[in-house]
Amino acid sequence: MAKTLAEKIWADHIVREHQGEPDLLYIDLHLIHEVTSPQAFDGLRAAGRKVRRPELTIATEDHNVPTLNIDKPIADPISKLQVDTLRKNCADFGVRIHSLGDVEQGIVHVVGPQLGITQPGMTIVCGDSHTSTHGAFGALAFGIGTSEVEHVLATQTLPLVRPKTMAINVEGKLKPGVTSKDIILSIIAKIGTGGGQGYVLEYRGSAIRDLSMESRMTVCNMSIEAGARAGLIAPDEITFEYLKTKPHAPKGADWQAAVSYWKTLQSDPGAKFDLEISINADELEAFVTWGTNPGQGLPLNAKVPNPAEISDPEERGAAERALTYMGLVAGTPLKEIKVDTIFLGSCTNGRIEDLRLAADILRDRHISKEVRMLVVPGSARVKLQAESEGLDKIFTAAGAEWRTAGCSMCLGMNPDQLAVGERAASTSNRNFEGRQGKGGRTHLVSPLVAAATAIRGTLSSPADL
Amino acid sequence: MEKYLSHTGTVLPLRRSNVDTDQIIPAVYLKRVTKSGFEDGLFGAWRNDPEFVLNRAEYAGATILVAGADFGTGSSREHAVWALQNYGFSVVLSSRFADIFRGNSQKAGLLTVVVDQSEIEAIWAAVEKDPTTKVTVNLESKSVNYGEKSIAFAIDDYTRWRLMEGLDDIGLTLKNIDSVSAFERSRPSFKPKTLPILS
Repeated sequence: MAKTLAEKIWADHIVREHQGEPDLLYIDLHLIHEVTSPQAFDGLRAAGRKVRRPELTIATEDHNVPTLNIDKPIADPISKLQVDTLRKNCADFGVRIHSLGDVEQGIVHVVGPQLGITQPGMTIVCGDSHTSTHGAFGALAFGIGTSEVEHVLATQTLPLVRPKTMAINVEGKLKPGVTSKDIILSIIAKIGTGGGQGYVLEYRGSAIRDLSMESRMTVCNMSIEAGARAGLIAPDEITFEYLKTKPHAPKGADWQAAVSYWKTLQSDPGAKFDLEISINADELEAFVTWGTNPGQGLPLNAKVPNPAEISDPEERGAAERALTYMGLVAGTPLKEIKVDTIFLGSCTNGRIEDLRLAADILRDRHISKEVRMLVVPGSARVKLQAESEGLDKIFTAAGAEWRTAGCSMCLGMNPDQLAVGERAASTSNRNFEGRQGKGGRTHLVSPLVAAATAIRGTLSSPADL
Repeated sequence: MEKYLSHTGTVLPLRRSNVDTDQIIPAVYLKRVTKSGFEDGLFGAWRNDPEFVLNRAEYAGATILVAGADFGTGSSREHAVWALQNYGFSVVLSSRFADIFRGNSQKAGLLTVVVDQSEIEAIWAAVEKDPTTKVTVNLESKSVNYGEKSIAFAIDDYTRWRLMEGLDDIGLTLKNIDSVSAFERSRPSFKPKTLPILS
């Protein structure tokens, strides 16, 4: 029977299936960080269990680490305890860890791909909802909670109910200035934050095939914001080319065997998806969110919506609440909204291509005196690469701050936070109330929009410069 | 995990949709390395408003949270489930839950029950009229009962059985660990390993 890509990967990982029970799936790679793992290791200790497969497990420090003065001890004692706990757990259980200051340290979803341990056809989990990022390689990758982290540590498997499948066909060609971030923000606005609930999304079509690996990661990264635990893209020559030179890519005969297998990882012609939707890439514009959930977004040229014109009472109420929280007035052109802070970084848009896009805009220009701009590379390797290209100099000459790698202001767990009432244009993934700091206001944007906004001080696209 | 058969309590009506896990427990509270003590961070930002429903005396002691659609979206933090449990909630009702939140709840023993939005509205109205309204959520009969009303809900048999028996998921999997070993023997050699470290 014709199968979708997600169904193929699922079938290849079933350890045990039994009528009336979830399937037991084998997990090829388990990524770990400091925030969602300590209680799981405690559970192992309490039960006298070991990590079943340390060589399929890897840890990095990202959520709760500072992006300044990383040569000094972490100032916040509670944060320090959490990071020290991860280090101790990894030492006790034999798990590889990349700590602050290590050249491979960085955001877990940036580190996996750059090491080449993220490969097509794998099952990948992490106690972080943006694990969907790895779906860009044609892997089935999804976020899990701490109970599941413990389950994977102990058994290298997870009992899971088979998800439904949704095809998202993006055909056409993106206009200049429109990026993969705008594709995914448009998709979320179209299907809503619950639209993908219960589904694995497969992004297909010419506009997706035209994207680089890093741009594909941006799309898959935000599958969770559309409600889907996982989103993936069939691997192709672009995928293989990206992987070939990575340290943990298969070598020699293994490479040949791997590529032959990877080439089978496509949805079969005639495979049935539970749902299919279509997006016309030709019509997409630079996109920005105006509200407090990622589905509340519009093209940058639009105006702040009027809740009175929304027919669904639930959505209308949510829009009213959002405008109050965001301090916005219906009918205001989005481009007239003034921001205080620009955040360029995160597992959504903190890779080298993202930094290059923004640096191209900022070259020989200066950011507005009214704004501060934080540039936080997704990993220590991304930082080194950017510095070898002189991007750091472009950012600092433009007046931006050049930081060290981590999740930073995306979730405001470390000291990088918005103050009450502050407004950010952020390349991250969530505009929830208080996400980037208590009382902070977030507009989600692409790296291009972030850079143009930094220069003008109001939400802008490069074409406005 | 404790066995879960039925729960009776009063309701906290939360008339909001898209309650993401950053609202349930903001990131600044996630620095702890335990599963307890998260009650002080539950709805951390919203609680500053004295009128917020959690602060209202008439709903004090509620153990059943009834919320709008798309409850638990966003971050996978299981701390959101722990915060609700630590505060004293045993059940959450919504017309739709985010997948990861629902999975986490079922592992940690917080019952999440899906009923139609119209039923959610009816419970909100009943409880706002009389906050002492007792609601019973019965896992055995798969029904939510209050006053004269009985609402059937669906839950997959496996999860229901596991909750009712109070079974540990890891323990269940370890019973089948031989099939895991067998699977491992058939894994292709090209699958990546994190050790030894290659550069």
